[in-house]
Amino acid sequence: MTDNKKIQISDLNVFAGKFQILKNINIELPENKITVILGPSGCGKTTLLKCMNRLTDLYPELRVTGDIRISGNNILAAKEDIYKLRQHMGLLSQRPYPLPMTIYNNIAYGLKLRGVKKRREIHKLVVHYLQQANLWEEVKHRLREPASRLSIGQQQRLCLARGLAVNPGIILADEPTSALDPISSQYIEQKFLELKNEYTIVLVTHVLRQARRIADYVVFMYLGEVIEQGDVHEVFENPKMEKTKLYLGGTFN
Amino acid sequence: MTLAQKIEEKIFKVLMIIATYFILVVLAIIIYSIFKKGIKSLSWEILTQIPKGGYYYGKGGGILNAILGSLCLAFGATLLAFLIGLPVALYINVFLIRWKKVAAFIRFLLDLIWGIPSIVYGAFGFTMMIYLGLQTSLLAGIITVTLFILPIMIRSMDEILRTVPYGLMEASYSLGSNKSETAFKIFTRQTISGIITAILLSFGRAIGDAASVLFTAGYTDHLPNSLLEPVATLPLSIFFQLSSPVPAVQDRAYASALVLTLIILIVSLFSRGLGKRYHKTKINF
Ligand SMILES: Nc1ncnc2c1ncn2[C@@H]1O[C@H](COP(=O)(O)OP(=O)(O)OP(=O)(O)O)[C@@H](O)[C@H]1O
Ligand SMILES: [Mg+2]
Repeated sequence: MTDNKKIQISDLNVFAGKFQILKNINIELPENKITVILGPSGCGKTTLLKCMNRLTDLYPELRVTGDIRISGNNILAAKEDIYKLRQHMGLLSQRPYPLPMTIYNNIAYGLKLRGVKKRREIHKLVVHYLQQANLWEEVKHRLREPASRLSIGQQQRLCLARGLAVNPGIILADEPTSALDPISSQYIEQKFLELKNEYTIVLVTHVLRQARRIADYVVFMYLGEVIEQGDVHEVFENPKMEKTKLYLGGTFN
Repeated sequence: MTLAQKIEEKIFKVLMIIATYFILVVLAIIIYSIFKKGIKSLSWEILTQIPKGGYYYGKGGGILNAILGSLCLAFGATLLAFLIGLPVALYINVFLIRWKKVAAFIRFLLDLIWGIPSIVYGAFGFTMMIYLGLQTSLLAGIITVTLFILPIMIRSMDEILRTVPYGLMEASYSLGSNKSETAFKIFTRQTISGIITAILLSFGRAIGDAASVLFTAGYTDHLPNSLLEPVATLPLSIFFQLSSPVPAVQDRAYASALVLTLIILIVSLFSRGLGKRYHKTKINF
């Protein structure tokens, strides 16, 4: 493979007290591709995502060691600039957490943080990102309503729009479709396929079929370790490790 | 469910109902007696005039001095306590997120201070005033009452800020907000109705307390006109009227108590309305 490596993680270890959540993770994720992280519940997928934009900082009980380079920057060593570095990574969580403000301001908030000042410019971009997330038609008459009134599926799309609005190079998505209906899920999947031309996408999912449909690169984890990583075809059609075979065969999940 | 469980549940249910109604009845009796005794002495005169000479022995006039004095003092102290308390509560919940033990220690201290009776604040304020060479004045009263309501203000805002879910914090940081943006733009918006309740609680305490203002704000028959002059307050006014040997003046004390109750009622209704208005944008989880 000759892809650029957008995210390089080496010797990453995460401890919670004596318990080790992630064990010696070494992975490299290709740029402008969709990487899917697979693994049974509790194997550390969410924790791995949170390490990438240092949300682990919010949990004093977690101790993180190792190296995470994003476009060459060592994220784990960053000090004050971590707030700005996080803007390079949009986060889509398992359940949507819109900001406690209006639909419009949910998008405008990130734009202002990004330094967009002119009101007309902000308005133009709000419309643009809502369209990107396929939400515009549904909310164009109620932009000043609180985001809490939207349905869960709409909220998740709002979170996608909000994440895109800070202009990240990377999208971290933690089971973003698990709370959604089939139509909304399909939409998000479709969107990811379009977005990967401009973004590096890291997606955690439990749905093997979804992984197969959209993944370029697959990382399989088990009990805090990376068991296998590689091209989607290699891993799905020709898994090297016994555990991967069992997992893909549906023996455990 | 076994029979024992059923009986247990019944007993607890009955106990809860009894406790609830007991409190309601006691409250109703208090309010009823204040109303009954106060309403007949409540007049336009009492609301709009200051005490005339000999007021406390049955001459005419009113308690406008105490009404305005209490309002100035309580609004001043509540505002000051809010301006100090909100940053502290946000600091505990946003900046100390990695220092849970420090946060727990601060909470413990505040809970301790909360329990200190207001007369101690009054005495402390008085000592400070002598030390600084200040007279009894509105300003000294405001400062003392601010100290007295700060623990309540901070801890009640703190309790509501603690309910902000981790997911929302993560969303805010992942958009590139720093800690102060997360604190002042996200946390405050999510908890606005609770913050208003905290302000209201503190206001109620500020306006209702007599002991902390006794030595610090002093008392006067004049209307408040300067931060550096003494002011009258409703609780003290009630006390002085109740101490009068004249029954008619004692009745006016109940009218004053009624006024105090009504002020608290109006402020709570108003803040309820305000809270409702801002409650809409809160994200429910
Ligand atoms: N803050 C924490 N403190 C202690 N243990 C934690 C913490 N966060 C996660 N863990 C533990 O780390 C392990 C991995 O958790 P994580 O949430 O990363 O799993 P996951 O792979 O995302 O699971 P799922 O598929 O169910 O979402 C779990 O055993 C969890 O209990
Ligand atoms: Mg997870």
